[in-house]
Amino acid sequence: MRLLQSVLVRLATTAVTLFGLAVIVFVVIRVVPGNPVAMMLPPGATEADVARLSALYGLDKSIFQQFLIWAGGVLQGDFGTSITARQPVLELVLGRLPATLELSIMALIIAIVIGGLAALTGTRLRGTRVEGGIDVANGVALSVPDFLWGLVLILLFGVLMPVFHISGRVTPSLELPFVTEFYLFESVVRLRFDLWSDIVAHMFMPALALAIPLSAIIGQLLKQSLKETMHLDYVTLSRTKGYGETHVILREALPNAALPTLTLVGVQFTFLIGGTVIIERLFSYEGLGNMAIDAVINRDLPLIQGIVILFAVIFTGVNLFVDMMYAALNPRLRHA
Amino acid sequence: MSYLEIDRLTVRLKGGGTLLRAVSLQVAAGEVRGLVGESGAGKSMIGKAVLGILPRAAEVVSGRIVLDGVDLLTLPPAERRRRVGASCALIPQDPLTALNPSRRIGPQITDRLVDILRWNRGRAEGRARELLAEVHIPDPDRVMRCYPHELSGGMRQRILIASAFAAEPKLIVADEPTTALDVTVQKQILKLIKEMQLRHGTALLFVSHDLGVVSKVCQSLTVLYAGMVLEDAGIGDFFRAPRHPYSAALLAATPKYTDPTAGLIPVPEAVLAAVRAEVAAADRRAGHV
Ligand SMILES: Nc1ncnc2c1ncn2[C@@H]1O[C@H](COP(=O)(O)OP(=O)(O)OP(=O)(O)O)[C@@H](O)[C@H]1O
Ligand SMILES: [Mg+2]
Repeated sequence: MRLLQSVLVRLATTAVTLFGLAVIVFVVIRVVPGNPVAMMLPPGATEADVARLSALYGLDKSIFQQFLIWAGGVLQGDFGTSITARQPVLELVLGRLPATLELSIMALIIAIVIGGLAALTGTRLRGTRVEGGIDVANGVALSVPDFLWGLVLILLFGVLMPVFHISGRVTPSLELPFVTEFYLFESVVRLRFDLWSDIVAHMFMPALALAIPLSAIIGQLLKQSLKETMHLDYVTLSRTKGYGETHVILREALPNAALPTLTLVGVQFTFLIGGTVIIERLFSYEGLGNMAIDAVINRDLPLIQGIVILFAVIFTGVNLFVDMMYAALNPRLRHA
Repeated sequence: MSYLEIDRLTVRLKGGGTLLRAVSLQVAAGEVRGLVGESGAGKSMIGKAVLGILPRAAEVVSGRIVLDGVDLLTLPPAERRRRVGASCALIPQDPLTALNPSRRIGPQITDRLVDILRWNRGRAEGRARELLAEVHIPDPDRVMRCYPHELSGGMRQRILIASAFAAEPKLIVADEPTTALDVTVQKQILKLIKEMQLRHGTALLFVSHDLGVVSKVCQSLTVLYAGMVLEDAGIGDFFRAPRHPYSAALLAATPKYTDPTAGLIPVPEAVLAAVRAEVAAADRRAGHV
């Protein structure tokens, strides 16, 4: 009951946030210089041509009127039509969303696995050189941003030792039997591991580039948190029962140490999704981020608005999910 | 023969500093031995050395810890852990921090039985229920499904006592088991520990700085100062006529044995100076200054 109530409150605040964001984006992209209509017309088009096309897209009205029309459409599920692609924005955006989701989630999983292993190994071997090595690696991973990792990876595994694909989402010559845009997921469901390995070979480097900084954050925070937890009385008591170090870390310390890390992972995951914009560009990966950059270059106003709103919905959704996970994993909150 | 025999155990900090100075003490099967001394004297350190939970900064430099005829310090770590886990247990000081907040009570009692002693789960759970009843917890089944935060401090200490006795250990280290509790609860918990000890015939190493409590619970006691044993006596002899001047001063500082606030009268400076000189002399003899 309390859970339902807090979810409802969150949904209401989310709606307000989204509305505010929509207003800001709507105004900003119309105030900055650059006329989308002028970019569509061939050179030598007349003033009259521009005016006619502007009227066609409703751009001759005041910003306020334009917003009302747009918002009215959104409430009915119509996000307008892309100026460049001449297709409904919603269709375009939802078509690209699965690619970005698969990339982000793959990156998140890689980050959790690497960061978790680093923290656990560092804790198990604390005081040894291995721990020092892990700390140094964490520091390096953290001080280099994701797109530079992307370049490093391209150089290493795309050029010097070409084991992965450096561009695209799947080899274009392959026949794809998929009905959804979730290629990775669907290739597993259809047991098409030939396609699966091709998709992974495309996705691995961008996902790893996104994952490296986050894995370092997870590694550092979880290790610190484990270190504090390892001194607590219940951990010591478990040792007197006859348990060894590994068991004590995994069963007594980890579940408690993971809670603060989880909250941070939620926040950082939204940064990671933001990072897809540049990474997708770098790896010519056909996702939302890549589409966002094209939309901005072409001043495709309806498309920009649609993408921004979708990103915002994803961010708040992730945060909501993390809070619910936190409540579910923490017995003190669960019964409060 | 004693069940636990600590023989000239010396523990030092890796960074320098001596925590225990050639400590020797014995606990016979079923005996309750008090371990008294001021804060920082090394009482807890002795218990930790026996249980194998010395802080990482500390190390045993010499001596033996013989448990049931076997010197623990010569065993490989895994074998030592298993042996200690199967035959010893700890009743910790603070019940609020000694239970894992994200695990239910039941598994925290039964885990040693299942994982270390290889009992099957049903038998271990039956045993846990039995023990919770012994420590006067109503509705053991419900309590076993609870998380620690749902229970009071007194309840949690009862649970920790039940858990300590679960594997029917031969020796229990109780490290100031009532200090963190409410004064009204303290008495009940002390009574309970004594009652359980008698019923199970367990030897008890009872760490306390309260001579009043020690006089009620223990049969013998060891007085510690700066990691050195000053006196080792039967309880009757000690309270009739302590041999060491420091013990006498401690006893004098606890007028009625019963008043928990009365331990605050300081030991006279002259006595302290003499004890410090004694410690320094012992250090010189041992050759580590
Ligand atoms: N983790 C540690 N690292 C370094 N020194 C420690 C550590 N724990 C305890 N000590 C030191 O060891 C000495 C003995 O500590 P111990 O905990 O055995 O005292 P105690 O007699 O139990 O005192 P109290 O009555 O306060 O519990 C103290 O001087 C203390 O400062
Ligand atoms: Mg102590």
